[in-house]
Amino acid sequence: MTDALAQAAADSDAKAVAAIREREGMSYLQTVRYRVAVVYLPLGLFLFILLFPFYWMTLATFKSNRELHMYKGWSAMLIHEPTLDNIKKLLFDTDYPSWIWNTMVITVSATVLSIFCAVCAAYAIERLRYRGARYVGMAIFLAYLVPPSILFIPLYTMLSTLELLDSPLSLIFTYPTFLIPFCTWLFMGYFRSIPYELEECALIDGASRVQILLKVVLPLAVPGLISAAIFAFTLSWNEYLYALVFLNSSEAKTAPVGVVTELIEADVYHWGSLMAGALLGSLPVAILYSFFVEHYVSSLTGAVKE
Amino acid sequence: MGPDAMAVSAAAVRGGARPGGFLSRLNHSRNMLGLIFMLPAAIFLGGFLAYPLGLGLWLSMTSAKVGDPGKFIGLANFIWLTEDNVFWLSVFNTFLYTVVASVCKFALGLWLAMVLNNHFPFKALIRAIVLMPFIVPTVLSAIAFWWLYDSQDSIISWVLLGLGLIDHHIDFLGDPWNARWAVIIANIWRGIPFVAITLLAGLQTISPSLYEAATIDGASGWQRFRFITLPLLTPIIAVVMTFSVLFTFTDFQLIWVMTKGGPVNSTHLMATLSFQRAIVGGSLGEGAALSVAMIPFLLSAILFSYFGLQRRRWQQGSRDD
Repeated sequence: MTDALAQAAADSDAKAVAAIREREGMSYLQTVRYRVAVVYLPLGLFLFILLFPFYWMTLATFKSNRELHMYKGWSAMLIHEPTLDNIKKLLFDTDYPSWIWNTMVITVSATVLSIFCAVCAAYAIERLRYRGARYVGMAIFLAYLVPPSILFIPLYTMLSTLELLDSPLSLIFTYPTFLIPFCTWLFMGYFRSIPYELEECALIDGASRVQILLKVVLPLAVPGLISAAIFAFTLSWNEYLYALVFLNSSEAKTAPVGVVTELIEADVYHWGSLMAGALLGSLPVAILYSFFVEHYVSSLTGAVKE
Repeated sequence: MGPDAMAVSAAAVRGGARPGGFLSRLNHSRNMLGLIFMLPAAIFLGGFLAYPLGLGLWLSMTSAKVGDPGKFIGLANFIWLTEDNVFWLSVFNTFLYTVVASVCKFALGLWLAMVLNNHFPFKALIRAIVLMPFIVPTVLSAIAFWWLYDSQDSIISWVLLGLGLIDHHIDFLGDPWNARWAVIIANIWRGIPFVAITLLAGLQTISPSLYEAATIDGASGWQRFRFITLPLLTPIIAVVMTFSVLFTFTDFQLIWVMTKGGPVNSTHLMATLSFQRAIVGGSLGEGAALSVAMIPFLLSAILFSYFGLQRRRWQQGSRDD
């Protein structure tokens, strides 16, 4: 028995070694100079370029208006008189809090609605396999490729007939048009990976399809649910065109639209508050993202790979 | 238990509900049940996607204005467009924007993906940070770029001045060609992470043993890239780039926030021009015609994607379903 254990340890060790080999590939052949030139230097450059705008935005948020226009040598790269004036102005002198609240309400409602629709649709397409399910799946993929830029004019006339313009409902009803196709496509991939046998067992035990969906399939697809929810949340939080076209009054606007349209008075740019608005408006998605990076990446790559 | 009772209970088990009841029949008809499950999604996609798509086609053939349904005028809107220099300028801009931005996004994104595919400390963290430009609302990062491109206080001008490379401030968004390159660079900045992360996922599926075998056979770095990485990555490149081209072609927000199509229409894309005409100017019909004019280009991109996907299945030898 001891022998067997030792053997197992050796086995798993060998596997671990193989896994490390697999992961590192031929990197042991690379010299330090080569690695600096090929890995670290480009990586540093990319990181600098991709992150610099955020750094610059953060600086402007906490700089006083006077300091914002001061450039002497390299001193502009740091803050010398940090101030919260810009944030204070944003929170108390504008409708910013209500824009954030609107965005939150619209985003959460659209996400919940879309996920419900997408789960039902994906289950029907992937598991009920009704007649024509294959073509519906294809159509859903094509629906994802219809861009908002060609839908906003007819939607505008439609919503004005329905008298929904300037109401959060206009966005809650239209965001699902790009969220449902994406989420359905994602769920179809997840449901496909769940073995049929589990459902057959439940069917034999007398469960209905709805019970199977709620008690067998969904619990197994929780990672997919999280991925879809995060992706849908980010997509609707970042949406700009529909929100710009459908909402007019200042207090009804969403954060991305409000910051751009309301913080610019004639030709005076309040750069500090603008940057503060951009920074605070990005925070919710950034925080959510930082908690669920893996899910986000898997939904991003999964949807493309399917 | 008599035989009758047995039969009834068996039926109950099979039906999962009262025997012969409506619910049990429903539970067993795939088509009926499928229809019910599809209903919520179908209502939204039919009402707010398919119907507007048709309505858009109809609007493009009317003289509709805001608050006025207008009447059918056939192809008049399209004929006007072909005589409109601003329209042709926007078509030129759209193609320039899409082609240059997509090529750069692909090249830089592939490079970043290959860099990220190496082994280095804090890999997961760095991979997460790289995706930031893609996560943050585009409009809000467009504001950051707007500030970076400011005509007086641009940090880029200041650094170049300080290094003695230029002798006056660059007017990034005030000059037509400067503005075009400026928005293209902002678009590339935003698009690199998406391309890089998805291509990285593709790279990770390529087994290192292929590279080892090639190295033993004496292949150079370029040969390993050309004959192993590229062919194995082609299917995912096709899909990623179709998405990228599609979304770049129909881009609206970056341009609208940074230049509003200016200076003198020199950065108008088809999407921004159609917004300008339809919502700002109120000519819904003309704006709709502009967006309908984008459809042929989008369709060709979608067909390309479709055949890209087909080829992938065939390459992998899996069944085509």
